[in-house]
Amino acid sequence: MKHAMARIRRGWVLTFVGAIAASALVACGGGDIQESSTAGSGDCGDFNIAVNPWVGYEADAYVVGTVAEQKLGCNVEYKNLKEEVSWQGFGTGEVDVVLENWGHEDLVKKYIQGDGTAVRVGPTGNKGVIGWYVPPWLAQAHPDITDWHNLNKYASNFETSESHGKGQLLDGDPSFVTNDEALVQNLNLDYEVVYAGSEAALIEAFRDAQANHEWVIGYFYEPQWFMSEVPLVKVDLPPYKPGCDANLEKVACDYPPYNLDKIASKDFMDADGPAAQLVQNFKWTNDDQNLVAKYIADEGMKPEDAAQKWIDANPEKVDAWVQSIT
Amino acid sequence: MSAVQTPPEVEETARSAELAGPVERPPFWRRHWRLLSIVGVLVLWRIGLAIFRGEDTLAVGGAELNDLQRSLNDLKDNIDAQRETNWFFNDVIGGISDSINWVVDNAQELLSQPAFPRPVPEIGWLGVVAIVVWIAYALAGVRMAVLTLVSLLAVGYLGYWEDSVDTLIITIVAVAVCFVIGLPLGILMSRSKSLTAVITPVLDVMQTMPAFAYLAPLALIFGIGAAAAVAVTIIFALPPIARISAHGLRTVAPATVEASKSLGSTSMQLLRQVQLPMARRTIIVGLNQTTMAALSMVTIAAFIDGPGLGVPVLQELAALDVGGAFVAGLCIVILAIMLDRVTTATGERSEQATRMGTDPRVRRWVLLGLLVPVGIAIYLSRTYTRYAAFPDGSDLGTRLANRVNSINDWVVGQLSSVTEGFKNFVSFNLLNPLEGLVASTPWWLAALAILALGALIGGWRALVSTAICELIILGTGLWNESMITLTTVLVAALMTMVIGIIVGIWMGRNRRVDTALRPILDALQTMPPFVYLVPALALFEVGRFCAIFAAVAFAVPVATKLVADGIRGVSPTTVEAAESAGSNRWQMITKVQLPMSRSSIVLAANQGLLFVLSMVVIGGLVGGQGLGYLVVRGFSQEDIFGKGLAAAVAITALGVMLDRITRYAAERTGREATT
Repeated sequence: MKHAMARIRRGWVLTFVGAIAASALVACGGGDIQESSTAGSGDCGDFNIAVNPWVGYEADAYVVGTVAEQKLGCNVEYKNLKEEVSWQGFGTGEVDVVLENWGHEDLVKKYIQGDGTAVRVGPTGNKGVIGWYVPPWLAQAHPDITDWHNLNKYASNFETSESHGKGQLLDGDPSFVTNDEALVQNLNLDYEVVYAGSEAALIEAFRDAQANHEWVIGYFYEPQWFMSEVPLVKVDLPPYKPGCDANLEKVACDYPPYNLDKIASKDFMDADGPAAQLVQNFKWTNDDQNLVAKYIADEGMKPEDAAQKWIDANPEKVDAWVQSIT
Repeated sequence: MSAVQTPPEVEETARSAELAGPVERPPFWRRHWRLLSIVGVLVLWRIGLAIFRGEDTLAVGGAELNDLQRSLNDLKDNIDAQRETNWFFNDVIGGISDSINWVVDNAQELLSQPAFPRPVPEIGWLGVVAIVVWIAYALAGVRMAVLTLVSLLAVGYLGYWEDSVDTLIITIVAVAVCFVIGLPLGILMSRSKSLTAVITPVLDVMQTMPAFAYLAPLALIFGIGAAAAVAVTIIFALPPIARISAHGLRTVAPATVEASKSLGSTSMQLLRQVQLPMARRTIIVGLNQTTMAALSMVTIAAFIDGPGLGVPVLQELAALDVGGAFVAGLCIVILAIMLDRVTTATGERSEQATRMGTDPRVRRWVLLGLLVPVGIAIYLSRTYTRYAAFPDGSDLGTRLANRVNSINDWVVGQLSSVTEGFKNFVSFNLLNPLEGLVASTPWWLAALAILALGALIGGWRALVSTAICELIILGTGLWNESMITLTTVLVAALMTMVIGIIVGIWMGRNRRVDTALRPILDALQTMPPFVYLVPALALFEVGRFCAIFAAVAFAVPVATKLVADGIRGVSPTTVEAAESAGSNRWQMITKVQLPMSRSSIVLAANQGLLFVLSMVVIGGLVGGQGLGYLVVRGFSQEDIFGKGLAAAVAITALGVMLDRITRYAAERTGREATT
């Protein structure tokens, strides 16, 4: 038995030697594979873009990434991460930039004011709106529903198996900024916040509500590609005034308008390479983002193809970002 | 002939099938004292609810934290602050994660991702296919080589070549580490009872603790990307190889061990020359289970940028593209089938080879000879673009995705009114009342009632486990949330068992049905649940029932297979005897086949419960409330992290509690069936 084992083992050694010899034989190349020489011409190097999990963000990331790759010769890495994990990565250089930040005061406190690994790089040009929305059929059938004073009148229509006899107010992904529980309490609304747990769940609920004329009210936001499929209608809460959301337990006003901004690693911005300058210069509108997001989500294009399509159609905007880069 | 061989208990069953109510049986209450006591406990509990409803339920607000949860938050912040300076994080863990990243990066540049300055990897698809097929042939023979070839081409034509190879790389690296750690661990466990007693609960926790809870700190410690992805995979995939190889080594025939000892073998010689070779087949089974577990982590790992097929699954989910997610999920299923069959065949073959001693020389020459075409394939794939990057022309994946989307739309359109009614019926008539009972009674009443039920169902050992687990849940400060989760888990497990028993009986009684359904069940088990979340949402709307549906879809396959195996395991002579005694089909099922496969059914309930429990967190993504949502929230919100981790601990405690109760019940019914 010992001999048999030894023989088998020797057989394997021979086989592996053969394998190595064979691969050594084929190491010499030729053929039609072109080694790229353009990349690396600049000193751009690696560029790590966090991709947070919503389609609008993907649009930002792939447009900036594609431009960085093609015009600046960067080696772009897309890192698919949620917000909190992305911010963790600034300190270690695993993440260079978050391209669409929605407030996130807790993270700002920890990583910008706290350990100083992150810095603000200015607005993306996108205006963010957060609020409560209803499907369009509902706003048409009951126009007064868009005034929050009338919400209690309709509460029973929004009742579901999950809302314990009250109206159901649907909330989405827990990463998203929300004061909804406090709002319901402080506005004395006869509603219960039910957590859908993900953006996908929220969108599917609104899609279903519009298709089957069902009663759904929930948390939503713009810019969002889904708005071009089902243009949800915003409910007016008591208008936002600066400071009215200072105490989150007492808050009784609408969400502030958000100027979505770019957050980057401090080391990355300090080095001031071409990619950092591109991040600094990148700016576009809600319409731009919605268009790219629609290519991805509605027309099923790959993010890189969608970005390419937009870049090809908007050379002057892209030029404005890259012209001044040294 | 059959009459002679029929064991006594079978005779009794057959007789009772024939003559209802024999005279000499004990009175009703004594035969069914256990069931009656359970009903009694439930009635008392219900009365308690009427008196104390809503008191002392220990419900806490969403953002409230207790001391334990706050200290878990601090722990994470400390790791965050010290990871750059502390020698342990920086040198030890940093060294480990750097080496894992180095291996993965190089493997990717070699096999899947562009190796700068080349626009393609060092070895293109043709070369990779040739190498992997050659390995499959060397390990498992011609048939498995063909299966491997077909699988690899399939994932390529479906449009996910690079992600699939990345998944293979991560899986192989993780499984290799599991093997290196798990086999010695198994050896140690097979030799020391006390070590086993210490390690077993640790392995339990590794398998039941939801990965979502420790994803963020893992990414903190191991860095974002491949190393953390491998680490999270190892945590879940290590237990099977350690457990199964320990079991395999323990069961090597004692006579052989004795003989070898008496010949003067040292302990090391005994291990290397007798125990390991003889347990080889079992160890490969462990390797197979570890590989399957590793593949099931692909999607979770994508949450921290783990490379592979999980990335497109999550991307398509974000765009609500059911078809796209399905195609990416299908690639995972294909890889799982490929790895499963090849490792299984390797195990069988290794046994045959040692037993029959076929001449290895011929095979060696064949293998060496085959290296020539492999070498040519590598050469071609390094030289020509068309053999380097998988041809883009096939739109098989897109067409399949579109087809799935239209089927999905049609099904949802046809069924959503029915399914919604069903959801409301179950929610209002079963889920809400049960949740009222379990979660609206004072904690002490619920705890006592669960203790009593645990003891009645599982015996005194279950009583001890239940008490410990209840204390842990109380300690996490999430009693009320745990009770909400327990309710949904029980309802989901109940539905799983109803479906599992019906389909299992059908499969167990009919070979054809079995052959037709088994591959579908296998596929459903390896398909990442994220794929069917969107259709579940469309059918059942956001809420607990949607979470229950996803859990049932995931748990039904394993329960069904176990029931089917149990039904098939009923000895044919018994069935014949019952048939000749004139039982009709209904009598056959209810009086013979079901009672005789009772212990398999309890085992199915055990596995069904654990599978349902492993879906609690994913349920939290679609409206499942309670612990699952808290874990999701802890992963997403910096200041809730500690609460999420505490919720994960509570889920683990619930899991161990339900596992022990049902496992001891299974052992008891097994004993009762044989005495």
